[in-house]
Amino acid sequence: MNDKKAAGLTRRQRYDIQQKRRALLVASASTVFVVVALVVLVPLTPGWEKVQKSFFNGAVLAKTFPRLLEAFKINVMIFAWSAPAIAVLGLLIALARDAKSPALFPLRIFGAAFTDVFRGVPVVLTVYLIGFGIPGLGLPRPWNSPYIWGSLALILTYSAYVAEIFRSGIDSVHQSQRSAALSLGLSERQTMRDVILPQAIRNVVPSQMNMLIALQKDVSLLSFIGPVEIFRQAGVFKSLLASFTPYVGAAIIFLVVTIPATRYADYLMARQTRERS
Amino acid sequence: MTRVFAMAVASCALMTTTALAGGHCAGGKTLIDGKFTIATGNPAYYPWVMDDAPESGQGFEAAMAYAVAAEMGFEAADVIWTRSSFDEAIQPGIKNFDVNIQQYSITPERDEIVDFSAPYYSAPMAVLASPGAIDTAATFDALRALKWGAVGSTTAVSKLTDVVMPDSALLLYGDNSDVNAAISANQIDAALFDLPTALFLSAVMIEGSKVIGQFPADAGDELDQFGMLLEEGNPLKACVDDAIAAITDNGTLAAIEAEWLQDTTGVPLIK
Repeated sequence: MNDKKAAGLTRRQRYDIQQKRRALLVASASTVFVVVALVVLVPLTPGWEKVQKSFFNGAVLAKTFPRLLEAFKINVMIFAWSAPAIAVLGLLIALARDAKSPALFPLRIFGAAFTDVFRGVPVVLTVYLIGFGIPGLGLPRPWNSPYIWGSLALILTYSAYVAEIFRSGIDSVHQSQRSAALSLGLSERQTMRDVILPQAIRNVVPSQMNMLIALQKDVSLLSFIGPVEIFRQAGVFKSLLASFTPYVGAAIIFLVVTIPATRYADYLMARQTRERS
Repeated sequence: MTRVFAMAVASCALMTTTALAGGHCAGGKTLIDGKFTIATGNPAYYPWVMDDAPESGQGFEAAMAYAVAAEMGFEAADVIWTRSSFDEAIQPGIKNFDVNIQQYSITPERDEIVDFSAPYYSAPMAVLASPGAIDTAATFDALRALKWGAVGSTTAVSKLTDVVMPDSALLLYGDNSDVNAAISANQIDAALFDLPTALFLSAVMIEGSKVIGQFPADAGDELDQFGMLLEEGNPLKACVDDAIAAITDNGTLAAIEAEWLQDTTGVPLIK
């Protein structure tokens, strides 16, 4: 059967298969070459021993890893309560910017100003300003907690980005859908809720996945205002042990979480592209 | 004629080197021969360096640096000041200074990456209390109940986790001014600094705050000792150590300490 099929290949197909094989061979050879070069040449550099001791110290890694993992729970916690709030606020801002009625013009202005301000200011500045500024007004404990106000800073910044993505999703739904829904007698509100948004949100899921990955890393910025999450814990170890290995440990923990998430986002993106074409 | 000239040049060269070589061990071991390059923080703070001007020799570390340099045979004019950050100094590699003086606590772990001179100061840890907590008793039990903060890159962190063991989670910050902001925002009750820093912060930076206690020498780990930081394996270390030992023995160091770091009584020991 196979033989028959193979025999049935055209010269063109056989050529293609050959080309593919060749490409695979070249790719493997060059990859092996690069890896070998890195593994062999880097340790030959004069500073390698010092760098290895400072950045890739197995003993330090083993000693600090459990505490880093423990500290990472704080990242997960902050992420867990910030992400839903960002989704909701982002959607609200997107809807505000999309308001069509003239009476709601102030809302549109507000939406635009919000995205402009919070997208324009570096996250860490927002974290500082809100994290120290608002509690500084004299709020009683526990309402002056850096966790609350730091999270708010993340929520505000990220909803600005997320709102823009939602808005692009809303814009990506063709105008004819809106017209069709309205002509069926649906109100503006029903059209948005039942026709536009379900499609819009689905369209932007892959992009929003990227925002989640970015957020998961930016949670570390809260360390600037006190919480001892993984980045700060690694910094404490760095100072204590005069070794940068804890940072490598933290990076490993981040990668374990973000690489699957990134791959998943890529998969969603690819699937969407397939469906659209 | 040319021979006379050559001899003159040679003798000139000899003279410039002998300016330092006269029995002193630092000859040829410094970054620039005949000069002593010292790094300090950017900016450098009171009471270690007054007005961020180490050249003046005012402030504990600046005065100490000139005393050590003099002991090593350098004129005051031969001392060159440069600036460096903490991370810059502990990274592996070549340094742009002979010694770095910015209150580096000597730890065995740091000592594996860089070299430290003999200690020139032992700084006890002290508790800086926020305006709302200045009446806290100087006892471990009372301190444990406070909400604590510290600078994340200092040994204060291990002091807190190992010795004080507070009831609630620590909050850690990047530098002193962030700790100040957290105290002002009432997010923490107390912060741990070395005594001179704590005194400075309470007197100058945070209105209403107070240094409520200092840790005794025997509470857990030993006192924080400050040493000059040198590149790992720097042969100059022996000369610097000798100079520090000499000014310690002849009382110069104690006098400098008394002048710039004062008597610190008035801050009770924590029991």
